[in-house]
Amino acid sequence: MKAAVVTFPGSNCDRDCLHVAGNVVGAEAVSVWHQDSELPAGVTGVILPGGFSYGDALRAGSIAAHSPVMAAVKRFADKGGAVLGICNGFQMLCESQLLPGALAPNRDGHFICKDVLMTVEPSVGLTGAYDAGQTVTMPVAHGEGRFVVDDDTLKNIEAGDGPVRVAFRYQQRETDGTASLNGSTAGIAGLVGGPSFNVVGLMPHPERCAEDRLGGTDGLALMAALAGGAK
Amino acid sequence: MTIAMLQDTDDTQLEHALEVGLSEDEFERAKEVMGKVPNKVELGVISAMWSEHCSYKSSRLHLAKLPSEGDNVIVGPGENAGILDVGDGFGVCFKVESHNHPSYIEPVQGAATGVGGILRDVFTMGARPIAAGNLLRFGAADHKKTPHLLRGVVQGISDYGNCFGVPTVYSDVDFDSAYNGNILVNAFALGVVKNDQIFLGRADGIGNPIFYVGAKTGRDGIHGATMASDSFSEDDDQAKRPTVQVGDPFKEKLLLEACQACFAEDVLIGIQDMGAAGLTSSIFEMASRSGSGVKLHLDLVPTRETGMTAYEKMLSESQERMVLVAKQGAEARVQELFHRWGLDCVQVGEVTDDGMVRLFDDGVEVGVLPARPLADEAPKYDRPHERAEAPAFVADDGGFDGHAKQALVDAGRTNLDWVYEQYDRHVGVMTLVDGAQAPAAVVQIPSTNKAVTVALVCQGRKCSADAHEGGAQAVYEGALRAACMGAKPLGVSDCLNFGNPQVPTVMQTLVDGIEGLGHACRELGIPVVSGNVSLYNETDGVSIHPTPTVAMVGLVDNLNGTHLHQPQDGEAVWLVGAPATTLEGSRIGAPSCATWAPADVAALVDKTQQAVHGGQVSSANVTCHAGLWQALVETAVRSGLGVDAQLDVDGASASAVAFGANAPSVVVTTSLNDDDVRKAFAGLPVVKLGTVGGDSLQLRANGETWSSSVADVIAARGRRIQGIAEGDGHAVGLGESV
Repeated sequence: MKAAVVTFPGSNCDRDCLHVAGNVVGAEAVSVWHQDSELPAGVTGVILPGGFSYGDALRAGSIAAHSPVMAAVKRFADKGGAVLGICNGFQMLCESQLLPGALAPNRDGHFICKDVLMTVEPSVGLTGAYDAGQTVTMPVAHGEGRFVVDDDTLKNIEAGDGPVRVAFRYQQRETDGTASLNGSTAGIAGLVGGPSFNVVGLMPHPERCAEDRLGGTDGLALMAALAGGAK
Repeated sequence: MTIAMLQDTDDTQLEHALEVGLSEDEFERAKEVMGKVPNKVELGVISAMWSEHCSYKSSRLHLAKLPSEGDNVIVGPGENAGILDVGDGFGVCFKVESHNHPSYIEPVQGAATGVGGILRDVFTMGARPIAAGNLLRFGAADHKKTPHLLRGVVQGISDYGNCFGVPTVYSDVDFDSAYNGNILVNAFALGVVKNDQIFLGRADGIGNPIFYVGAKTGRDGIHGATMASDSFSEDDDQAKRPTVQVGDPFKEKLLLEACQACFAEDVLIGIQDMGAAGLTSSIFEMASRSGSGVKLHLDLVPTRETGMTAYEKMLSESQERMVLVAKQGAEARVQELFHRWGLDCVQVGEVTDDGMVRLFDDGVEVGVLPARPLADEAPKYDRPHERAEAPAFVADDGGFDGHAKQALVDAGRTNLDWVYEQYDRHVGVMTLVDGAQAPAAVVQIPSTNKAVTVALVCQGRKCSADAHEGGAQAVYEGALRAACMGAKPLGVSDCLNFGNPQVPTVMQTLVDGIEGLGHACRELGIPVVSGNVSLYNETDGVSIHPTPTVAMVGLVDNLNGTHLHQPQDGEAVWLVGAPATTLEGSRIGAPSCATWAPADVAALVDKTQQAVHGGQVSSANVTCHAGLWQALVETAVRSGLGVDAQLDVDGASASAVAFGANAPSVVVTTSLNDDDVRKAFAGLPVVKLGTVGGDSLQLRANGETWSSSVADVIAARGRRIQGIAEGDGHAVGLGESV
């Protein structure tokens, strides 16, 4: 168990992820720099942390997607290595096309930080840490978390038997199906994809709810699954 | 350019001095200190250093009266921020600072750069920020500018703090027509430092290299410090916009990480933020503290605009910049650490021993000024002060129902979810409770089982009736809030927001406010370790309420067993401390202020802290603003549980019992039996009010009854702030249609 947490300029949840992967889950947690072109030997899981990489210039995650380390992360994911993108990390996964779609500014136009209820949809690969249909509570903290995607891709995602599936869905939704929280299409909070469902991206922060002292532990299973590698 | 070209006659220089904000007397003093007629560059530097903002010339005399010593004080006032020892080899470094004038002119950038500035003040000391907070005062809820200012200020704080990656855990927001023309934006930050790795703003060691690091210098904010020391007139805000700086939180985050990397290695002598008055104040303060001099090559300063003059470079207030004094031999390493984070790091000068700051531009000496006299011997005024007669208190005890309806939609004491939800409160994974959930925010100190509490308090209304007592009560309320979370009050940072000190009655409120604050701190045995002063908060000759803000930091020395505000179904509710008997000092009627006995507060703080820390009570809450009613409403709203309470007080009106705040008290919830409650609070008056539970909130006081379902109370309070932000300052009460 060796989890790598990538630090980009502007990442601000990298230290939190290192803390949870190392001190809470008990994995070996190592820091990786955005300019590195290879991941350290023996890494079993990679976390792309939240924050404002490159100051959110152009679009959130867009410049990070072209950094040297992301080429290595893509190779790692293609070989079935576990990759978890949290918040800004989810944006990077979409921008680098490891997952489809994009994250647009929240419907209300401002940053939202609060606890949200979500349903875990499939129990595959990295989300196998949860039961299908399980309700989990995690905090969100983002300004650009409204998932958008073209209709055909959405249809494939929603079919539930394709290579990319909805991992987490916000429970509170509008009549058109969008998330009440931020307007996210079909209430999508996170996706799971990759050759063996080894890539998960989500807007909520599992690392912020992995310890009792913080009032919730629903994120621990995902952090543990990542740090231990996909099932 | 030659020096001759810069030298000018006495007359034209006096004209220029007046233009940049110096008085005629100050110009004379400048000539004395300099031993010559200062040139234009020198005058610019002097005017910035001697501005109210940098020199505290109207308040210095009185600030000296504040207690700043204590066993736990590691760094007191005078540095970028104060540091208090919390044990285990760690200290907490904190400060609160105003950004009032810029936030009124340009709310998003004004508030953002206020946050950026206070964060830099904290992390230059070697600390990593773990908590931010703010205290905001806007004009009346239905004033035409309030929606725009509220939205902008909250967005500015949100944009900056969230991107930087500090949790914003406490916010206090109120609305009052006294702030229609001058809003208050007081920003607070707290960081944790290893006690053996503290850095100061010093320029020691002859020949040591001076580095400029961070963002490039532009023409923004030139004379910002002077602007911040000025008063407004109607529609002034547009004309002053160019003096407001633009913030880049991304750059500041890089600066934090590069500085942290430097702190971890033995490469630095001193470090100072370029805040108000930019390069000028940082260089002069560092040299002054060390008794050294500095040689500065302005042509080497990185700029983002071409053709910037020496004058502009010295006075720019571009954000996210710092001055470092490195150890000789470590130059290459320092540059490497900053370049790794993509930041400029340029050697622009060196430390000298002649006590002079010498400014060079392309090899030509364009200014020579003595460091210490400009920093330490700035004019100090004992401005005349004279107490205005306080209006007599007029009781308005009737109309219980009306007061209750008003209290429910009181924008200043309502649900702040709309504000808090825009702040990332959890980054850092150390936030245990935020200020929306409890009387104070609680943030764990990394690598320890301890936590700090944060609360920002001011009593503008009370101060407008009695600034001395109002200043004291801000301290008392802060201490009570800390105690309600099981923390011992540790120390204070103050932000003194006042009007025009050249008006004797306003000056008197400044003197009284400082003395009251200092008196209360002495009574409770806590030091004031940092702060700032914001004067000239006046528009068209009308000053704001005297508003000394207190940022109270408390310490929970062991989190095990401490109950962090978790009332439980079926528990008893008690009032600890004397019940209110009049509306003096309440939010009802004209501003007024009752006097609290310091010994009563000290005992209440002490017993409450012990009971919460020992787990004997599950929650405790203050009654300082809208009284018992407020504390009960907050208990119900935060827990979602109902409360059934009754209190009858001989000789008092129902309104006074419910909404009064003329005596210090707290409301606690507990599962202890009656005898054990009396034992826990021995020596203090206690009265059982009722029980927690059900889904309705009921208060029976002296024959009057107020009751409502908890859901209705939550609904009535829930949208109040958002409504104001969206331009609907009209209060909608319970049972009225929205």
